[in-house]
Amino acid sequence: MKTSSFDKFLFVILIILSAFFIFPVFIVLINSFKLKFSIAATPFMLPTDETFIGIENYIEGVNNTGFLSAFGWSLFVTVLSVAAITIFTPMTAWYIIRVKNAFTSILYYSLVFSMIVPFQMVMFTMSKTANVLRLDNPIGIIFIYLGFGAGLSVFMFSGFIKNVPLGIEEAATIDGCNTLELFWRVVFPILKPTAITVAILNTMWIWNDYLLPYLVIGNDYKTIPIAIQYLKGGYGSVDMGALMAMLMLSIIPVIIFYLSSQKYIIKGVASGAIKG
Amino acid sequence: MKQKILALVVAMLSAISCLSLAGCGEKTKSSVYFLNFKPESATVYEEIAEKYKQETGVEVKVVTAAANNYEQTLKSEIAKSDAPTIFQVNGPVGYDTWDDYCLDIKDSKLYSFLSDKDLAIKDDGGVYAVPYVVEGYGIIYNDEIMKRYFALPNKKTDITTAEEIDSFEKLKAVVEDMTANKEKLGIKGVFASTSLATGEDWRWQTHLLNIPLYHEFKEMGNDIDVALSMLDADEVTYKYSKNFENLFDLYINNSVTSKNLLGSKSVADSMAEFALGDAAMVQNGNWAWSQISGVKGNTVKASDIKMLPLYMGIEGEKGQGICIGTENYFAINKNADKEQQEASLKFLEWLFSSETGKKYVTESLGFITPFNTFSENELPDDPLAKEISRYMKDESVENIPWAFSAFPSDAFKKDVGSALLDYVQGEKKWEDVKKIIQDKWKSERS
Amino acid sequence: MNNPIKRWFPIFVIPTLVAFLISFVIPFISGILLSFTEFRTVSDAQFVGISNYIKAFTQDSTFLSSLWFTVRFALVSVASINIFAFLLALMLTRTVPATKLFRTVFFMPNLIGGIVLGYIWQVIINGVLYRFNYSITSNSAFGFWGLVIMMNWQMIGYVMIIYIAGIQNIPNDIIEASRVDGAGPFTTLFRVIIPSVMPSITICLFLTITNSFKMFDQNLSLTAGAPANRTQMVALDIYNTFYSRTGYEGVGQAKAVIFFLIVAIIAFVQLRITGKKEEEA
Repeated sequence: MKTSSFDKFLFVILIILSAFFIFPVFIVLINSFKLKFSIAATPFMLPTDETFIGIENYIEGVNNTGFLSAFGWSLFVTVLSVAAITIFTPMTAWYIIRVKNAFTSILYYSLVFSMIVPFQMVMFTMSKTANVLRLDNPIGIIFIYLGFGAGLSVFMFSGFIKNVPLGIEEAATIDGCNTLELFWRVVFPILKPTAITVAILNTMWIWNDYLLPYLVIGNDYKTIPIAIQYLKGGYGSVDMGALMAMLMLSIIPVIIFYLSSQKYIIKGVASGAIKG
Repeated sequence: MKQKILALVVAMLSAISCLSLAGCGEKTKSSVYFLNFKPESATVYEEIAEKYKQETGVEVKVVTAAANNYEQTLKSEIAKSDAPTIFQVNGPVGYDTWDDYCLDIKDSKLYSFLSDKDLAIKDDGGVYAVPYVVEGYGIIYNDEIMKRYFALPNKKTDITTAEEIDSFEKLKAVVEDMTANKEKLGIKGVFASTSLATGEDWRWQTHLLNIPLYHEFKEMGNDIDVALSMLDADEVTYKYSKNFENLFDLYINNSVTSKNLLGSKSVADSMAEFALGDAAMVQNGNWAWSQISGVKGNTVKASDIKMLPLYMGIEGEKGQGICIGTENYFAINKNADKEQQEASLKFLEWLFSSETGKKYVTESLGFITPFNTFSENELPDDPLAKEISRYMKDESVENIPWAFSAFPSDAFKKDVGSALLDYVQGEKKWEDVKKIIQDKWKSERS
Repeated sequence: MNNPIKRWFPIFVIPTLVAFLISFVIPFISGILLSFTEFRTVSDAQFVGISNYIKAFTQDSTFLSSLWFTVRFALVSVASINIFAFLLALMLTRTVPATKLFRTVFFMPNLIGGIVLGYIWQVIINGVLYRFNYSITSNSAFGFWGLVIMMNWQMIGYVMIIYIAGIQNIPNDIIEASRVDGAGPFTTLFRVIIPSVMPSITICLFLTITNSFKMFDQNLSLTAGAPANRTQMVALDIYNTFYSRTGYEGVGQAKAVIFFLIVAIIAFVQLRITGKKEEEA
């Protein structure tokens, strides 16, 4: 196909728009190398000889916020929670579809229902329950994420499972598989594309989540969003330089994750939406 | 593929067993858990905890709430299995909120250390919270800039030193003349930014408002304990509204920063402006010393830092001192284990009576304490603390107590702060601010 | 009728079920109950009837104003996000070079967390306003448009991806057929493309409406409600009522219940309406 002149015009427009989309991140990047007093009033100026201070902001920020441990906790909580969600929710979804009774349909609709409930509704009671059950630690919060992530994940898996022909499963049962083996050897491989989508959507959510971890484990174990909010909201002294450096450091892993798996992410978002 | 599945199943089963085993996720309780109120002292407290562990082997966990988030942090922390064992209340109003959690410590050594036993918060014969620091605030000024002004050949006032300023009229005359000459003085404005960003407005809605309301209640014949009568008051007339406006207007009209930008300024910004010599004056207290001295490239010499009372033109304010008091009281969590409570008291007693502890208190924390374990010469030697002690000893002035601990609620203070911001940005008239103060006091007390 | 799967209930359902009960069902039910009580730490809850609900509207002027702010915000941002995203999707399904690269760029902001986003835009917006001697807290209109721009920046890419998938699913021959019939580009757009992507529109409206209503992190970091709570959205208002006002915990919970009902009703109504359009199409 040939590119028409109208498409060439669109191409120029798209380039301008792209610049607008990248611009904010670029601003953070240049300011993270500037002296803290020259940020607030003139954020659009490139660093000059006078204002350029190398990686000093990064050192300051990492030391003040405990960024490395925040990164560690974010990684720990995200990876394990996403793993728990991707292991348990497809099994539940499959059970719900294959065993049709009043209980499973109540469970299914409650899960779907939970998706629209605003977090503020359960914010206090959930953190209170977590305290009582001693789930207010980085292991316990995985369990809470499993419960909160179950709605969307079961919904997406079951949407897919409905279209999996029963014949395959029956053949495997005749081969002598027990149900657990059947699920992991036969059903799960078919669900893999959905599993990737579910894992990605949950990763994006949990990695960036602020209020839930703040209320449950926030004072002892700061994840990245909590550390950043603490840097800005707490300690009275807002060090703009350190803030810029921390924003940059929190964006970098996201961009790496994105560029390395963008094929799955974009596919996942598109297919997740169609199933929804 | 098979192996992958097997690995997955193993992982899954171990996850199940892990979640079902209570021991796996449970964390051990700290023997002492101190929820610190003062963000500016966070690192010092961590050092102290480290030292205490070296000396006694007892672990002290220090968590610092973000500025202006103490109540909120305490509310969520106190509900946890590992709850703070030492927390703080801000006075009688704070005690009212947290009374269910305050242990009676009338038999503790900590209470016995108190030089004036009346300072503690008592209820029904028990002692529930003990103040640990005495602080003061006023207008901090940089005497070097003031001297530069007094040496100006074209100055319009006949005042020759900052000490001579003893009324609002004199303060206003000097400040406005300084603004007229700010280029010559090398400053950007006389006053550092009147910070009005969210959570950064306590210097006005709490500290400054203390003065007009204190005078109002004092005149009603309550000069024995103004705070207590304020605590019982369902309404305020706020008759010194105009005087509050006097000083507040002086701040914002002679500021380093233009009015529209004050809503994004933080306390740290103003302290940096003062430390860098962009401003000659800033309203704040002795706790701000660490912020001033911590600013990189600061130009203010310690020997030039002095403090003036907050004059706003209220009748008989001649001879008024600075505002001295406390809003920092330690309480011990009643619901903690007995061992935790004892360990917590031991830690505090060590901090305020052992040689090592006292050294930290005076030198690193910079506290003037109300305890008799500290001798005359065991005082912090930063310039602001020295100013506080000077005012405390000066018999010719009458210092103003911190009556604001009896303000109805945090919501009241927040609404006053918002109203002040609206006033500065031209969305409200001063009359509206006055009305908000009267109305909110009433509605929050009901 | 003995389904062998049933025996595996403990492994297949129990973990998810227990987690779901603990983190959602129990908190949700106790949340509703608590909204009728006065409490500080749950154990001291006392039944007070519907007085919390009355207080939410009377004693506390911030609730209605933040609700109104949220509605205005949602209207503007839902409309702008969907229009811009749809236009981008149309452009990127043409024969423009490097569509994949553009897609990557436009989607990128969506992965950045709300807290971080808020601070990024605070620096930029303040940087612009400082030139005119203003800041984002000088006027609530600045905060409002700041939130709208930020939300657009974040959501356009996501919504665009869904529209692209929807447009690409339209069989080519339908569009060809309408061209052959002599329909111009606009007729094709309104007669063929938009009706065919109705399912995508349903999803995108649902996503943008619920996200706009529930927005919290971005609001907290960009304006924190300043000035004078005039840029405070409902979620933040509930949070502040709950955690910063002693004695108002029950009122906060009652506000949360009202908020939940509003979101649920809007989601339901919206799905019904667009669902119907889908059937018609």
